[in-house]
Amino acid sequence: MELFWYIVLMCMLTVYVILDGYDFGAGIVHLFFAKTEKDKKAITNAIGPFWDANEVWLIAAGGVLFFAFPTLYAASFSGFYLPLIMILWLLIFRAIGLELRGQIHNKIWETIWDKAFGIASLLLALFFGIALGNVVRGVNLGMVTDGVSAHEPHYFFLPLWNPTFSPKAEHLGIIDWFTILLGIIGVIALTIHGANWIIYKTNSELNSKLKSIIFKLNFGLLALVVLSLFIWHIIEPQPFHNFIKTPWLWVFPIITFTGLFGLFKVRTFKKDGMGFLFSSLFLFGGITSTVASIFPKLLPSTNTTNPDLTIYNMAADSYGLSIGVNWFIIAVILVAVYFTIQYKVFKGKMDNVGYGEH
Amino acid sequence: MKKEAFFYVFQGDLIFCAVFLLGIKPTPMEDMLFYDRMQFAFTITFHYLFPQLTMGLSLMIVWFKWKFLRTQIENYNEAAKFWMKIFAINFAMGVVTGIPMEFQFGTNWAKFSELTGGIIGQTLAMEGMFSFFLESSFLGLFLFGEKLLGHKLHFITGFLVFLGSWASGYLIIATHSWMQHPVGYEILENGKFVLNNFGALFSNPWLLPSYLHNQLASIITAAFVVSAVGAFYLLNNKHSDFGKLFLKTGVIFGLFSSVLVAFPTGDLVAKNVVKHQPVTFAAMEGIFETEEGGSEIVLIGQPNILEKKLDNKIAVPNILSFLTYQEWDAEIKGLNEFEPNTYPTNIPGLYYAYHIMVGLGTIFIGLMFLAAIQLFRKKLFTTKWILWALLFMVPFPYIANTTGWYTAELGRQPWLVYNLLRTSEGISPTVSSGNTLFTLLGFIGLYLLLGLLFLILVGKIIYKGPQTIKH
Repeated sequence: MELFWYIVLMCMLTVYVILDGYDFGAGIVHLFFAKTEKDKKAITNAIGPFWDANEVWLIAAGGVLFFAFPTLYAASFSGFYLPLIMILWLLIFRAIGLELRGQIHNKIWETIWDKAFGIASLLLALFFGIALGNVVRGVNLGMVTDGVSAHEPHYFFLPLWNPTFSPKAEHLGIIDWFTILLGIIGVIALTIHGANWIIYKTNSELNSKLKSIIFKLNFGLLALVVLSLFIWHIIEPQPFHNFIKTPWLWVFPIITFTGLFGLFKVRTFKKDGMGFLFSSLFLFGGITSTVASIFPKLLPSTNTTNPDLTIYNMAADSYGLSIGVNWFIIAVILVAVYFTIQYKVFKGKMDNVGYGEH
Repeated sequence: MKKEAFFYVFQGDLIFCAVFLLGIKPTPMEDMLFYDRMQFAFTITFHYLFPQLTMGLSLMIVWFKWKFLRTQIENYNEAAKFWMKIFAINFAMGVVTGIPMEFQFGTNWAKFSELTGGIIGQTLAMEGMFSFFLESSFLGLFLFGEKLLGHKLHFITGFLVFLGSWASGYLIIATHSWMQHPVGYEILENGKFVLNNFGALFSNPWLLPSYLHNQLASIITAAFVVSAVGAFYLLNNKHSDFGKLFLKTGVIFGLFSSVLVAFPTGDLVAKNVVKHQPVTFAAMEGIFETEEGGSEIVLIGQPNILEKKLDNKIAVPNILSFLTYQEWDAEIKGLNEFEPNTYPTNIPGLYYAYHIMVGLGTIFIGLMFLAAIQLFRKKLFTTKWILWALLFMVPFPYIANTTGWYTAELGRQPWLVYNLLRTSEGISPTVSSGNTLFTLLGFIGLYLLLGLLFLILVGKIIYKGPQTIKH
């Protein structure tokens, strides 16, 4: 049962990153590369009818985390208190930036909400990358000093940073040079992903420019991914032991690199959706490879006093988990129906949706 | 004993006084509890200003659209379109302020989440899976899809958005009901609550009356907002056709919902409180001592905790006993019969919240009744004083909804899970008060901005008015 809900949770989070990821990416493209009103319109039209439903995957995943792994939910949400609340604030700015921009036709008003939308998207991509870094690196569970826990073994609290910015310090911070590296990877990967979505959903004049931007950014992404793999060894001495034990897991890293190398061909794809497919493969592979490498850990412990949080010591009681399967299957079928309808109605190019016009 | 009683009765207020007025430092734990409670109270109060309109208004928009399909009168369709514009902004505000609520269970109430997540996680996860996906998928179609879908399908998307918002309310109140009246659980040795009967969560006797009471209250908000905009147009001599349409619809919805919210649903909720939380009932009604030969109903008065009595009281004898048990001389237990450490932490706050809700509810019935009579006599549109009254009534359904929820929540204190888990045992152990105050201040600033934007944008839409059909 734990394994089932673990897979469900990871699937939901992956879907969230792929779906809301293109919204964040579109926001970053909007911030840096959209110069004309026409470019901006193309971008907001491409994500307008979708972003809200995409964000629901985060909330629903949060709900499933709460229900299936309540102890993990409690420990990690309170431990990562400040960045989580800041993510909430950024989500608010992203949403009102998108929704309120078109309400008043005035240059200053539009500029304010354009920037709110763009900057919030950029910071969200950065924060989610940093979050992944924190999960890989682990935290000081129980807040141990000199072998003595200050709290129950699964609770912790992380400040935003410690003065050394080192992932090997005894008292860690959210932001250190390892997590910030993953944050930057997140920003670049989602920028590429969002640009691919815009190419896929619009006939914008921006598209050809975006293709060459994706091509250039992809070199940076490749370099950083390789760099992070080297650094990974410092954080986790045996990052491959799950892969050695269960060789079929290699499929995930292979998917990652298929996506990554496929993106170099972005300028010659015949179909506009191909780029989006490859960046989705990269995100999917990246997350699943990371998860596969730390399984069954959910949050590693950086001290030797308290054990890692794993799917086995964090799960809710089995009656609740089994009964949840019933309603969850019904719900997933319904969600699939909603999404099919939604993407059918808004299929193809969306230059004329008129999102946000009143 | 006396000292302890004093401490518990005043706990809630003392911390407040100590921090803000006297500068006395409470213990770090009390400090954390205080700011966690403040942040939750602030964010939920602000959040619920929006869903109450969302739920009621979605019903009324569906009604307008339905009338259009039936009668083909174009104004009904324009009315639906006009309210959809307001609905869109209101919905967005509800969504962005709603996500922090789910997060805060984990960020600020970690211990509570850890201990009860196996149970309330069920209903909260179901809310995400069943209602948020439904709402968010069809909202886009509802707002932008009229031309694409045609009127019938457009009506259906509206209905699905309505269904999603009401399902969301249902699952939230199922969660709330479990906290008020826990069922279907057992407690393990490590203190964790585990579910042993899924069905019990939904057959909880607390659930149905509370749900209906709450939904009717949200229809009241929508009905008053719709009729106030109608009154504004008539008094302003602008968009008079729509003014009349809004007034008529608003008053009819308003009359039915104001009556039903009091009887039978409000009555049933109160009976649940008397049965399962008698000490809360005593505090709500301001009964310090059990009265021989039946209890009076207090209309006005200020609770004086020091002398354990009501000051400046105006009351009607025996009515409360009759309303509660249908017997004039039935005994209702006063606070004196209970252990002080089970008293609601903020008795005056609870008493006022309840009385404000009931008082406003009575005014709503009265005003909507008069308006309905005038409507029936075809004089409503020219009865200026009723139009002014309806216009100025707009904030009050919001206040009544808010104080109604304060009654439920303050009434449950000092418990998170009634009689089983104290509020002080539920907070996050590692989040210091300084961090919570930081985020609380952030929320206050951000929500102030959201509130201003909401008023400006909705004001602009109302001022511009619906599109008039040119013949």
